[in-house]
Amino acid sequence: MRAIVDNLDLFASGFLLTFQLCLLAAVGSLLLGTVAAVLRISPLPPLRWVGTAYVTVFRNVPLTVVAFMVVFGLPHLGIRADFLRIPGLDVIFPRLGIELPYFRMAIFALALYTGAFVCEALRSGINAVPAGQAEAARALGLTFTQNLRYVVLPQAWKAAVVPLGSVIIAMIKNSAIFGFMGLTGDLSATYQQLISARGEPAIPVFLAVTVGFLIMTVPLGLLLDQIEKRRAVGR
Amino acid sequence: MKFRRLAALATVGVLALTACGGNGDDNNGGNGDASQFPEGSTMAALAEAGVLRVGTKFDQPGFGQVNLDGVPEGFDVEIAKIIAEELGITEDNIEWVEAPSAVREELLERNEVDIVIATYTINSERKERVDFAGPYYMAGQHIMVMADNDEITGPESFESGEHTVCSVQGSTPSEQIRPYLANEAEQLVLFDVYTRCVDALKAGDVDAVTTDNVILLGFIAEEPGTFKLVESGTFTEEPYGIGVQKGKDDFRSWINDLLEEIYEDGRYAAAWERTAGQFDPQLPEPPAVDRY
Repeated sequence: MRAIVDNLDLFASGFLLTFQLCLLAAVGSLLLGTVAAVLRISPLPPLRWVGTAYVTVFRNVPLTVVAFMVVFGLPHLGIRADFLRIPGLDVIFPRLGIELPYFRMAIFALALYTGAFVCEALRSGINAVPAGQAEAARALGLTFTQNLRYVVLPQAWKAAVVPLGSVIIAMIKNSAIFGFMGLTGDLSATYQQLISARGEPAIPVFLAVTVGFLIMTVPLGLLLDQIEKRRAVGR
Repeated sequence: MKFRRLAALATVGVLALTACGGNGDDNNGGNGDASQFPEGSTMAALAEAGVLRVGTKFDQPGFGQVNLDGVPEGFDVEIAKIIAEELGITEDNIEWVEAPSAVREELLERNEVDIVIATYTINSERKERVDFAGPYYMAGQHIMVMADNDEITGPESFESGEHTVCSVQGSTPSEQIRPYLANEAEQLVLFDVYTRCVDALKAGDVDAVTTDNVILLGFIAEEPGTFKLVESGTFTEEPYGIGVQKGKDDFRSWINDLLEEIYEDGRYAAAWERTAGQFDPQLPEPPAVDRY
């Protein structure tokens, strides 16, 4: 217990960093996944191929490999995820703006990987929308974009929100590996620092780190249950 | 009481002298000369056997690394050779045993080696299982930069907050560099192994790598001319000792005497220059031996 209390500041800063990483990666993966899902259902075959290729690659390659390619491979090609140095956003997330690329790389890798799962969760939602809805919209003269925007996606979103939540929960847990890929001071790296370098007892430290992750995942799960219940009433 | 002890000592002394004399005449067992050592001592036994079993690293460049012929080379190896020579044992009669960090105490406890010289840091936990002669070398945390980097000269160079440094997750060096950093988030990068730090250094993602100088010397040895150690020298202290079996105090103090001798007569410096000195031109200050 003393190991936890004494190092509360370290756990708190680790939690904050992991939370920031998860938040940004979740937004990124939702955007990427939506784009990929739209590509996969588009009427143009080449766009469909691009979407399918993305999902096939990133859903099937292990996260560790994706993370390695991004974090250690891309810098050799001169890519340091500088596009994530979004002005204004780096005021709220100071790590986005610093010279070291590892925070940005972690977001990029995690979003890239999770986006494939988001795409498939969304597509399953889209498939749940009765075909008659899209056909009726088309019959009314809506374009493909209008059709998606006003008819299909709003309904698909409702069906997809619970599987999407599971994807994001998995992503939060996956974020732990970036503490070992140059991202200094995240929650998962905190345990290494405390146990190996400072000789703190292992069990309390492990428990504290686990609780840190649970603080993010459990409320998200409860929220999803809530949404599901409300939707059941709405039907 | 006092008289009796003195008498006993005198008797033992006379006996030992006569025994030594006798031994010297028919010494043809080993190639060592056992007669110069007190009868029954560890040194006499080793000289008599004519073989010295040495545990050393086989994979630590500069200190103990096997060459293409399978023979270890390095500073530790040179020190072992000097000890063997003083025991009257030729180089061919040294039996090299690989001593990775995890099994060094065990090798001595199971009597598989006579001495361990394997970048072996002296500490109190280890002293409970083995005894140490030395220290013969003071290792410590050091900083490695690209060969053309003149901006980083020591740990204080990180206080300005502009340079980045890499080490390994959960390592002691990673903790010891933290106080020198102005901003950990912007300056410290931690990976799981040092090779990734070296990759990041080469890619220009970080400006420096910090850990024990001996590990850094290994990286410098692997790619000569690419990296260098900063001017300030080491900024922590890790005394390297020579492990002997627990309780062999005669052997331990004999090695300590020998170390003090080679500090003086230049053999210590020569051994360094032949081996690790090729990568770290700074001749180490020989540490005072600890006769605990």
